Amino acid sequence: MSFRKSNIWEELDWFTVTLYGILVIAGWFSVYAATYDFDHASIFDLSGRSGQQMIWIITSVVIGFSLLMIESSWFEIFSFWIYCAIIALLVVTIFVAPDIKGSRSWLVMGPVRIQPAEFAKFATALALAKLMSTYRFDLTRGKSMLSILMLILLPMVLIFLQKETGSALVFLAFFFVLYREGMPGAVLFAGGAAILFFILVIRYATEIILNPLTPAGEFMVLCIIVAFIVVLLLIYAKNSKSIKNIFWLALGIGVVTAVVNRLYPVNLCWAAWVLLGSSVLYLLGLYIKERKACYTWIALFALASVGFLYSVDYVFDEVMEPHQQTRIQVALGVIDDPSGAGYNVNQSKIAIGSGGIIGKGYLNGTQTKLKYVPEQDTDFIFCTIGEEKGFLGSVAILVGFLLLIVRLIYLADRQKSAFHRVYGYSVACIIFFHVAVNIGMVIGIMPVIGIPLPFFSYGGSSLWAFTILLFIFLRLDISRSDRSNA
Amino acid sequence: MRTNDFNSNSRKTVLVLIICSVVAIYVIQLFRLQVLSSNYKDRADSNAFLNRVQYPSRGLMRDRNDKLLVYNQPAYDVMIVMRETEKFDTLAFCRAVNIDIQYFRKRLSDIKNKNLNPGYSSYTAQVLLPQLGNKEYGILQESIYKFPGFYIQKRTIREYTYPNAGHVFGYIAEADKKDIEKDEYYKRGDYIGKTGLEKSYEPYLRGQKGIEILLRDAHGRIKGKFDDGKQDVTSTSGKDLTLSIDMDLQIYGETLMQNKLGTIIMIEPKTGEILCMVSSPGYDPASLVGRQFGTAYTALERDPYLPLLNRALNGAYPPGSTFKTAQALTFLQEGIIEPETKFACYHGFPLGGGHPGCHGHASPLALVPGIGNSCNSYFAWGLMNMLNSKKYKNIQESMDTWRDHMVAQGFGYRLGVDMPDEKRGLIPNSDYYNKIYKGRWNPFTVISISIGQGEVLLSPIQICNLATTIANRGYYYAPHVVKRIQDTPLDSIYTHPHYTGIDRQHYETVAEGMRWAVAGPGGTCHQANIPDIEVCGKTGTAQNAAKDHSIFMGFAPMNDPKVAVMVFVENGGFGATYAVPMGRLMIEKYLKGDVRDKNAETYLRNAKILRNVVPKV
Repeated sequence: MSFRKSNIWEELDWFTVTLYGILVIAGWFSVYAATYDFDHASIFDLSGRSGQQMIWIITSVVIGFSLLMIESSWFEIFSFWIYCAIIALLVVTIFVAPDIKGSRSWLVMGPVRIQPAEFAKFATALALAKLMSTYRFDLTRGKSMLSILMLILLPMVLIFLQKETGSALVFLAFFFVLYREGMPGAVLFAGGAAILFFILVIRYATEIILNPLTPAGEFMVLCIIVAFIVVLLLIYAKNSKSIKNIFWLALGIGVVTAVVNRLYPVNLCWAAWVLLGSSVLYLLGLYIKERKACYTWIALFALASVGFLYSVDYVFDEVMEPHQQTRIQVALGVIDDPSGAGYNVNQSKIAIGSGGIIGKGYLNGTQTKLKYVPEQDTDFIFCTIGEEKGFLGSVAILVGFLLLIVRLIYLADRQKSAFHRVYGYSVACIIFFHVAVNIGMVIGIMPVIGIPLPFFSYGGSSLWAFTILLFIFLRLDISRSDRSNA
Repeated sequence: MRTNDFNSNSRKTVLVLIICSVVAIYVIQLFRLQVLSSNYKDRADSNAFLNRVQYPSRGLMRDRNDKLLVYNQPAYDVMIVMRETEKFDTLAFCRAVNIDIQYFRKRLSDIKNKNLNPGYSSYTAQVLLPQLGNKEYGILQESIYKFPGFYIQKRTIREYTYPNAGHVFGYIAEADKKDIEKDEYYKRGDYIGKTGLEKSYEPYLRGQKGIEILLRDAHGRIKGKFDDGKQDVTSTSGKDLTLSIDMDLQIYGETLMQNKLGTIIMIEPKTGEILCMVSSPGYDPASLVGRQFGTAYTALERDPYLPLLNRALNGAYPPGSTFKTAQALTFLQEGIIEPETKFACYHGFPLGGGHPGCHGHASPLALVPGIGNSCNSYFAWGLMNMLNSKKYKNIQESMDTWRDHMVAQGFGYRLGVDMPDEKRGLIPNSDYYNKIYKGRWNPFTVISISIGQGEVLLSPIQICNLATTIANRGYYYAPHVVKRIQDTPLDSIYTHPHYTGIDRQHYETVAEGMRWAVAGPGGTCHQANIPDIEVCGKTGTAQNAAKDHSIFMGFAPMNDPKVAVMVFVENGGFGATYAVPMGRLMIEKYLKGDVRDKNAETYLRNAKILRNVVPKV
């Protein structure tokens, strides 16, 4: 253990620190704009939200500075202890937290309110990095994978129990990290495919395609599964003959179906079924002939996809809560309810859309000033930027986040220690997940999932948590050339 | 950690690509929202800006003696913004404003009906109940907080000093679909002049609406003025009108005409200003104001005697013998007759085999006594001679010459009175007869037009204008009711004389004839005589399917005319019976301020001449 404090300021990645400073200050101004009333309170007024945000910013700077002063190996040493402490805190929170807007995630101690879920992110990231940097850890091994899943799912479940769905979903960001660290790409692909199928089935649940008997969503998913089979064959089997055969099969079934459909209109899903079924049989045949495992995997993927397809409805109708169903339906444009379920998103689109190219000017936004957008200083803060700074301002902020995330990935990649690298990727992926979900929700692409926009949304827990998350990594980065202990 | 057999570099690239594509998608969506779509701006504006209309006060009307006739009183409209309404106690609301719930529901569905209400928007205030009474206003004002989305809008409504001259003023009512389509200025709930001066002077009277732009938050609370009120438009009050009507005279005329159908018009010849315009039956203009408008209007519309009809302008009748003066002028101007020319009359036109018939008088007569005694034959002879005159190529040409003189004297076309719906009447020309008789017509076919019967139709104001022209000895100003518009000059047709093209000397002759009718031997309107005023007059009797209409036109004094008058009593019988004495009373009232002959006044006022009609259902 050697203290090399003299190097801290030289080795610190000032680029990231500058971006952090810009985003935090921009966030502070946005909080002032979002809560600005016609009574012209000062941005420094401590009774206003911008004044309080200023306090959070100052304390965050102190926290960030303090973290830089800590010996980097301490984080690795104490990572599991920190994780355990936070898990304990999460458990306690479930029982003692009062009900605030339907969520039981806030610990209230006099005038101070903190949300442990925010701090669970960096704790989990530390624990994950620690676990994955242990000797003999192998993601492709079932046991390793299981322990990783446990590590991620434990806080996630606890936060779900606090009715903070959005914060719980953030832990999915770790799957990007796992992908980077060697988790089979198929898992990510399967996840992406599952999301795509889910969206298609829900979006086109009540629509028909080609003829009045064919449900659009189901038919489209079945066709995409066949297309995936072809693509996977192309990538893994590199067998062009088999692709040709499947193509002739599809053509034959297509022609027969077209003729039959002329005489007796049928549900075209049947034809897709026939095609899919025969393709799977063909794959199994190829496996028997060529003994290549990839054929069975592809066939398995196809069958699993079909199973998923027919369970989506069940999950959507029986597992999800009604308000979650409507949020998803609003985001997918299945239902349009500007005064009810879609009010928030509708108003936030109006606010952003009315900003135009250059915006209405700082503090001149009418929609945010007049409280048309709900939660405009927290989850919907991006509206204020969209309305007052317009397209240029909004894109500038997006680009700022993009620079930060890409920079973090670059920094993570240059780490010699696995602990450092995994933690760095975790930071990048968590920030990315937050930005993508938050801004996606505000501009009407994602369903309404209440998570804050990093560095912008008003709130001490959120700003502190992101500062800690980021500055631990910056501290680790300073010591990147230290001898790796892995 | 085990050395991995995967390409960590490509995995990093995949992650960066995913991140970049998400950002790209978001930039595209932002571009769509902020740059491509313009409707978000409008929606934001309709969210945040409450355009509160500032209604200007409508112009006032005063009479020629500066008596205030028409003015404004505050009234309160209940407005509703559909988007802002929440669940409320409908029954309590209906009780507060004193309406039944069916009516309330009907109003709501009417407002939402795009057909009836083309400019409907659930974001803007719509008129739910116009013109609340003071009592209801008080009750609602106290409980309005219980009904979110409801507002009280202060407006002004018309008030009238006198229950008279309803036809002259006209009425205002909510602009209907047609008005709104015709002029974008009007929005549903605005008032617009529908008849009378309110209609013809609408652009002056209405003023200019103003707009106050207020900021409204998501809860509908007003948060102040937008841009400190710099974008507001202040309203401009309507312009006041000074009428040429003498209200005392108007009221007096209406009293004389009560229980009779007809009209009295008086014009100041030197200016063309209309001093009174009575149309009977009339109505109280105040009855067409406020909430009772609907019921009152329906009652008036169903009245078989048509009280909403302005008989002074909107009727056209055969002018009868009053028309002979115009004939005399034409014949003199064309040289067909001289003032000394005499024609024989044997209780009828000799050449027409006694048609048209005539009453007993000395024969033959020269022109002046011919007018005075209203000899039908004299004018039949005159027209006959004119149509047969070698002066013209053929009968068609002489007929058209005759017609041109008629038009020059103000018949056959609208005079340009500053009131809506003036009737033009009918003056036939040769084409007209060619068409009817397929070219086979001769002086005998058309002879009755010489005595104001047959095809000729004049509106009462045209008859009065004839008297004006004779009083002026050859010119008139388009008759008008408005003497002055605040800060605005009158139209030039009211300030520039229109000459008839007939020589002054001929007018002197005709005026003498009209004087003979009042004061000469055998004159037909002796009853018009006022001892110390030289009244000139001419009776008329317009034949029609029912009992004849009684007509009198005249002017006084003969040599410095101050007033021209026309009295028309429907079914009043021979001209002398009602119209003449009424004319005398009107002249006396105007020139002397009072009438001497109270007996005649009482008699005429109490006379009741209403033909039997089948009531309209």
